[in-house]
Amino acid sequence: MKFSDQFEARFTEMLGHYPTKRSALVPTLLYAQDEVGFMSDEVIAELASRLDLTELEVRNVISYYSMLTTKPRGKYNVQVCTNIACMLRGGEELLEHCKQKLGIGHKGTTQDGLFSLEEVECIGACSWAPAAQVNYDFHENLTNEKMDQVLEDYKKKGTQ
Amino acid sequence: MASLVSHPDEVRVVSKRFGQGATDIDRYLELDGYKAVQKALGMGPDAIINEVKNSGLRGRGGAGFSTGMKWSFVPQQSAKPKYVLCNGDESEPGTCKDRLIFEHDPHSVIEGLMIAALAVGSHTGYIYIRGEYRYLLVIMQKAIKDAYAKGFLGKNIFGSGYDLDIYWHGGAGAYEVGEESALMESLEGKRGIPRIRPPFPAVVGLWGGPTVINNAETLASVPAIILGGAEWYTKLGSPKNGGTRLFCLAGHLNKPGVYELPMGYNLKKMIYEVGGGVPNGRSLKAVVPGGSSTPVLLPEEIDVAMDFDSVAKAGSMLGSGGVVVLDDTTCMVKFALRTMKFYKHESCGWCIPCREGTDWLEKTLTRFHAGGGVKKDIDNIYYLSENMLGKTFCPLGDAAAMPTMAFVKKFRKEFEEHLDGKPCPFEKAAAAEPILA
Repeated sequence: MKFSDQFEARFTEMLGHYPTKRSALVPTLLYAQDEVGFMSDEVIAELASRLDLTELEVRNVISYYSMLTTKPRGKYNVQVCTNIACMLRGGEELLEHCKQKLGIGHKGTTQDGLFSLEEVECIGACSWAPAAQVNYDFHENLTNEKMDQVLEDYKKKGTQ
Repeated sequence: MASLVSHPDEVRVVSKRFGQGATDIDRYLELDGYKAVQKALGMGPDAIINEVKNSGLRGRGGAGFSTGMKWSFVPQQSAKPKYVLCNGDESEPGTCKDRLIFEHDPHSVIEGLMIAALAVGSHTGYIYIRGEYRYLLVIMQKAIKDAYAKGFLGKNIFGSGYDLDIYWHGGAGAYEVGEESALMESLEGKRGIPRIRPPFPAVVGLWGGPTVINNAETLASVPAIILGGAEWYTKLGSPKNGGTRLFCLAGHLNKPGVYELPMGYNLKKMIYEVGGGVPNGRSLKAVVPGGSSTPVLLPEEIDVAMDFDSVAKAGSMLGSGGVVVLDDTTCMVKFALRTMKFYKHESCGWCIPCREGTDWLEKTLTRFHAGGGVKKDIDNIYYLSENMLGKTFCPLGDAAAMPTMAFVKKFRKEFEEHLDGKPCPFEKAAAAEPILA
């Protein structure tokens, strides 16, 4: 299986970080997911073999971490926080708005494969609530109107 | 990029380089960067540990344990390598302070970790950053690389003969990993399941070696202590609570934001003066003083000094510095439910009281909030919580139980108002007038 040169450089660097190969697993899984889009059978088999683990051991780890998914997602994963600080400032209403706007529910993906939606736990933006992450980018102090603009910008970016 | 705020009462120690371009190593050097670690190299381990002990610095992750004490538990001689770890898995709801440190002053964390390494005689450190904070991991990767390029890390640091390597490590989404032993499991490439203690990490930690683990804010405080001295630092705060703290003001406030205030700053003043009070002419209903796991305080309980001992005396915890303010439109049953939903989601399932308890509690609170509650549920919620308390490997069970017990105790009347099919009395009030329009 072929990853990008950047992935390979990071992977090699990480193996030098630790006395055991296995320690590179969690960050490597996320970097692999960034490239492939999800934890495919192929990725799992490849990383298991590289790190001297069984596929079951890798799957066991994947199921623990909330950012790792074995199902394909949209190009832009919209993660709306509804935890306490965001809830108090309209996080739940914002999630509802996104559901309406995108026509999908929690962990759903739009038919064109552009957007996925996810209700997430605290993302560390409590003082700038309500907040959302689209892939790794933070969007804060959101209103429905600001969220519409955010989605519009990604739509433009994704269909160019 | 998170926006910065300021208030005249702030005392800037950890945040003094925020907004100063200090992610650049040369700028960091101009602003007294890497002076403390060079001073520490000349001090020797015992003197470093004593200085930090005397400073009154206590763990900023939430537990509030003396940092110098923690370092002193690491045995001098060890057959296995010793490790120092930075816990940057900031995930406690209400908390967003370490994010600013990584964003604005990553070298202060590296320097603090280097001093910790010198104090305990370790030659390897790791900076663990939660997966959601990818942009901060990128900042940290560059900072570490720059420190190596200058010869501050690697072999023979600052020409001292001391070798020290520091590496970055990224997580992939898990609150539980913020618990020290779970973080070590995660760093070993496993599920983040907590370990039983004893043995404590200071004796048997990462890969079985003696290990020190400190929160990012704790480590970022260390260089200033070494340069300014314990006496200066301790005087900034209140008795036995040295220094300053980043408080994350969130919720129903006019001026939410992360403010650095002296330890022992009055909570009421923090809410009304620093945070600008409650918006839209509403009144204060409750305050969660230190992240979602800390018991709620009533308006009449907030005339309290924000240090570990005073907040404990008031029946709660200073915790992680996340101050969440609730106005009178908030339904406490709903708030309790959302808090529990989080702990249920994050429970790793290892300890049965936590795995089953958080699940039952979430189900009960969901049914209760929807109007399907009966009177005995209220006592049941309390009883289930009480049965998690102190019965798990790590404090996640306690973190779920403590706030829930306080919600029931202090807002019992509100729970009763939801009984027997009655609709939630708050459902419409909060949505009618959004704060951000």
